[in-house]
Parts: sequence; C-alpha cells; structure tokens
Amino acid sequence: MSEVRTKVPEVANGRGEAPRLAPDVAPGGANGREHERRVTIEVENLQAYYGSKHAVADVSMQIYANSVTALIGPSGCGKSTLIRCFNRMHEFVQGARVDGKVLLDGSDIYAAGVDPARVRQRVGMVFQKPNPFPTMSIAENVAAGLRFLGVRNKSEIGDRVERALKDASLWEDVKNDLKKPGIALSGGQQQRLCIARAIAVEPDVVLMDEPCSALDPIATLKIEDLMRVLAERYTIVVVTHNMQQAARVSDFTAYMLAAEDRVGRLIEYRRTEDLFTRPRDKRTEDYISGRFG
Amino acid sequence: MTANTNVPGSGDLSPLVRSDFLYRRRRMMDRAMTLAMVGAAIAAVIPLFLILFYLVKEGVPGLSLEFFTADPNRPGREGGGVHNAIVGSGIMVGLALLMGVPVAIGAGIFLSEYGQNRAGSVVRFIIEVMAGIPSITIGLFVYGLVVLRQGHFSGFAGALALAIILVPIIARITEEMLLLVPRSLREASYALGAPRWKTVLRVVLPTAMPGIVTGVMLGLSRIAGEAAPLLFTALGNQFYTTDISTPMDSLPRRIYYYATGPYDYWHEQAWAMSLVLVAIILVISLVVRTLFGSRVTVRQ
Ligand SMILES: Nc1ncnc2c1ncn2[C@@H]1O[C@H](COP(=O)(O)OP(=O)(O)OP(=O)(O)O)[C@@H](O)[C@H]1O
Ligand SMILES: [Mg+2]
Repeated sequence: MSEVRTKVPEVANGRGEAPRLAPDVAPGGANGREHERRVTIEVENLQAYYGSKHAVADVSMQIYANSVTALIGPSGCGKSTLIRCFNRMHEFVQGARVDGKVLLDGSDIYAAGVDPARVRQRVGMVFQKPNPFPTMSIAENVAAGLRFLGVRNKSEIGDRVERALKDASLWEDVKNDLKKPGIALSGGQQQRLCIARAIAVEPDVVLMDEPCSALDPIATLKIEDLMRVLAERYTIVVVTHNMQQAARVSDFTAYMLAAEDRVGRLIEYRRTEDLFTRPRDKRTEDYISGRFG
Repeated sequence: MTANTNVPGSGDLSPLVRSDFLYRRRRMMDRAMTLAMVGAAIAAVIPLFLILFYLVKEGVPGLSLEFFTADPNRPGREGGGVHNAIVGSGIMVGLALLMGVPVAIGAGIFLSEYGQNRAGSVVRFIIEVMAGIPSITIGLFVYGLVVLRQGHFSGFAGALALAIILVPIIARITEEMLLLVPRSLREASYALGAPRWKTVLRVVLPTAMPGIVTGVMLGLSRIAGEAAPLLFTALGNQFYTTDISTPMDSLPRRIYYYATGPYDYWHEQAWAMSLVLVAIILVISLVVRTLFGSRVTVRQ
C-alpha cells in the first residue's frame, strides 16, 4: 500500500464549537496534487434527529477514498446514527430526520429528487449482527444485490458471485456449498457472506456498524484483515467499540461523544496514529486511556 | 436431566447425586410440571383422535367406487354417489381461493408494510369486523348482491361467499407473519439498494411464506367445511355440473341434507362424505406444507 498521505484531517476543537476540518484540506485533485487523498464523502454540518430527539449534531468531516475510517465513542453517542446518515438508512426509523449535507463524490445525497435506493447501491452496509437472507442460498445471498439491480445474465452473476466471495475470503470455505442456505454458515462466515453481498454490487463505500461484535477473536481478525484488503478498492467506514481494533485497521479515527445534553458530537478526527498517540482533546485522551466510557 | 450443583449448603462442587430435601423437592416439582404439560397435550389431542376414529369407523362402510363416481339417486333409491358434491366443492373452494388469496395476501402486505397510518387502521378494523361476521350472514349478503340480481343461484355466488370468508382469515395471518420478519432483513435489503416493493416481494414475503401458507391452509379448511354460506348462494344440485353459472352441489351441504334426512343409506353416505372431506383437507395440507411450508425457518 502506498504510504503517501499528504493531507490528513485535523480538527480544531474550540469549546462548544463544531469541530471542523482544517480549511487547507481540499477535495483531492482540485488543486492538481496527484497523490492527495480523494474525498469520497463530505459531511457538512449534519444534524440527525429521532422525532424531537436530537441525536447527532454539527458533524462536518471528510471521508477519504481507499481508506478505513473508524468511528469510536461510548455507547449511545450516535455512531450508528451517523453512519446510517451516509446511505440514507436513518430515514427508515419513524420520525427520523436529517439536516445538513452529505456529499458523495461531490453531490448531495439529501438533495431533492435523489433516489435513496440509488444512494444505497453506491454506499453499502454491513450490520452488527450477520443478517443473510434466510430463504436464499449462499450464492443467492451474494447475488441478491445484483438481482435487485436487474442483472439477469446467469454467467455474469456467477462470475460476480465468485469474485465477491473471493474478495470476502469466503470462497475457499463455501465453493462446494454454494447452494446451501446462507444461514447454515457459522457466525463469522455469515458476516463474511454479508460483506460479500455488500461488495458484489461494487459500491464506492462500505459502511460497517460494529461488524465484529458478534464474533470470536479469530473471526474478528479475519474481518479486520479483510477490511485492510478491501480498502484498496473501497472506502470503508467502520464503527467499533474496540479501540485496539480501530488502531489496528483504520487510517483515520473519529471520536464521538454525547455530552450532558445527550447530543452526539464529533470531538476529534485525525489520522489514527495521531489520535491515539497525541490526542488534542482532553476528552479523547480520557476515552482512549480508558478513564472514561 | 442435569444435576443441580447450586444447592445451598453443598461444599462439593460436582455432586452428581443429591439427596437433600431441597433438591428432592425441586425434582418432584419439575416432574409434576412435566406431567401436567404432557397431560394437557394429551387432553388437547384426544378429541381429534376420537373424531378421526369415529369418522373412520362410521365413514368407511359408505365408501365405494360408486360413491365417488356416481351422482345421487332419486331420494329413496339406495346406492348412488356424491360425485357432484365432491366436484362442486372442489370447484367452489378452488375458485374462492383463486379470488380470495391474492386479495387477502395483498391486504396483509398493505397492512404490515404500508399500514402504519390511518388508512391502515381503517382497513385493519374492517378486516377484523369481517372476520367476526357469521358465515350465514355473508351468504345472505351474497344472496342480495349476486343471486337476487342475476335471478338465479350459482356456483359462482357460492365461491364468492367462500372467498369473502377467506379474506379476513388469510389477511390477518399474512400481516402477522410479515411483521414477524426481522427488521434486520429488511434493512439488509434496503442497504443493497432495493426499493421497498422489491424488498417486500423478494425478501420479506419469501421469508414469511411458511407462515402465510399455513394461513392459506387454515382458510382452506375453514371454507371447505362451510355449509351455511352456500345455502342461499350455490343452493345445491342433484346433478353433476361444472358450470359455475348454475346451482352447484357441495360436500358440507349434502352432508347436512343427508344427515338430517330419513334414510339409513343417506346417513351412511353423510359419514362417508365427512370422512372424505377431512381426508382431502389433510392430504392437501400435508402436500402443500412439504412443498412450501417448512423450507427454511426464520432464525432470529
Ligand atoms: N430508533 C431510535 N429512536 C429513538 N432514539 C434512538 C433510536 N436509535 C437510537 N436512538 C438514540 O440516539 C442516540 C444515538 O444512538 P446510536 O444508536 O447512534 O448510538 P451508538 O453510538 O451507535 O451506540 P452503541 O455504541 O451502543 O451502538 C442514543 O441516545 C439513542 O437513544
Ligand atoms: Mg450502534
């Protein structure tokens, strides 16, 4: 992996003020610097609500292409809520609402007339609990997204299923059992099946909400390795409770916290090694050193 | 049964045989409860076996090739069969399923997927009221709606009455079964970029299918045994017909007619018809269930 990272997100964290990226971080390519990281998702002043409850406030951040961005923070700080705003899954909750902008490659996914289903084709998601479709075989599970897209060609589907399973490093485990039901696999295999299902439609971004929390350590390591590999082709955003995991897999880490007002805010967002070795905010330092949370 | 190692006062951590008072009391309680459950289960199935036993005992003597292939003789002339009633029931129940099942499943889908609002509450209320209407009243309704207007009884009117009985049964079960499909599966589908209707058709509905099929079978068994709604709709017919615009015979109505009639051979044929009716429903249930019913169970 090339280690050229000229621009890293930096956060100014003035008290009470929304953390912002340093103004000199411009979307890649805009100023002609070749090796600058491209921005895939740009979040501008995002607010998320559940009915009258303000769950996430004032989030502005840039998520970089072909990198793993980790979201950490104590339970209830709005991590899941935030990433569900990145593919318009938030609005499935009754009364849920989003304000602000989320730009995917420059276009606002919340603009009028945007079809949320199209957004989700480009921004896939892996959930905390593996959730393969119980009526479908392993192959059908992986092909499900393609079928939804209207792909009919059997050989094309077969090829893409195989490729996705290989990319999710599940192919060796299941290549002789493609017709078996997806839920007959072990938990870790099911989660890799869900990853295969998500990447089979070749999205730009894969969001993962605590993808390892239901798995044992070995299965967890497999998924972590997988994230690193997938980051070469996709942009990965992963929510995790596990700080070691964030440190192991991510390039960038965002720390969120819900203060007394119980509204989740972005506290600090930087390169992972910087965040963990030289946190700028006292609250981040408390959290990563285990004094809190 | 596993030995309880948490008995108070035990210093030994792995006693396989315990004999102190507390443990014995618990074990006795456990046995008593198990016995009570088994007893309740037996009590529940006893009536079923009694009915089946009685049906077989009384019904088998009436069975013959003629019973299945011939139409009824003139009253008083022994012999003859109920071919017309079997075919009539088959046609009307089949037609009722054809008309009722799509409507009912559609209504169930509407209620569970799009019905968390006022319109949904109204439809839900109507369906609940429909489910509570006595079947004879539905027969009267169809009599007014179809028979009086057309000026004659018909198999179609009978099928329509049966379909109306069918809809609330299947719609409610469908709604419940769809609501049981875990949210995580819908979200998985949405996250793949599937629009709502595709999510419903390709993910939610197939997952709930075993339950919906059970609902359809329940509805089928219910309408196959209904005589009341057919009395003033399909009426009944001495003769064989497959024409749904004419009066049509049915098993339940002919059972009623023969069972209350004066001749012994009628009574025998009524028993035989009851046996055939139950057997047909049982066979259809078994076949359908093995075909679609228990493919994969939903795991939470
Ligand atoms: N469906 C919902 N309806 C109402 N409030 C919700 C809903 N889901 C979450 N919330 C609230 O929003 C806030 C953020 O929740 P969220 O699930 O995003 O936290 P999280 O950081 O993912 O927590 P965890 O680490 O426990 O998963 C919490 O205060 C929670 O109570
Ligand atoms: Mg969460």
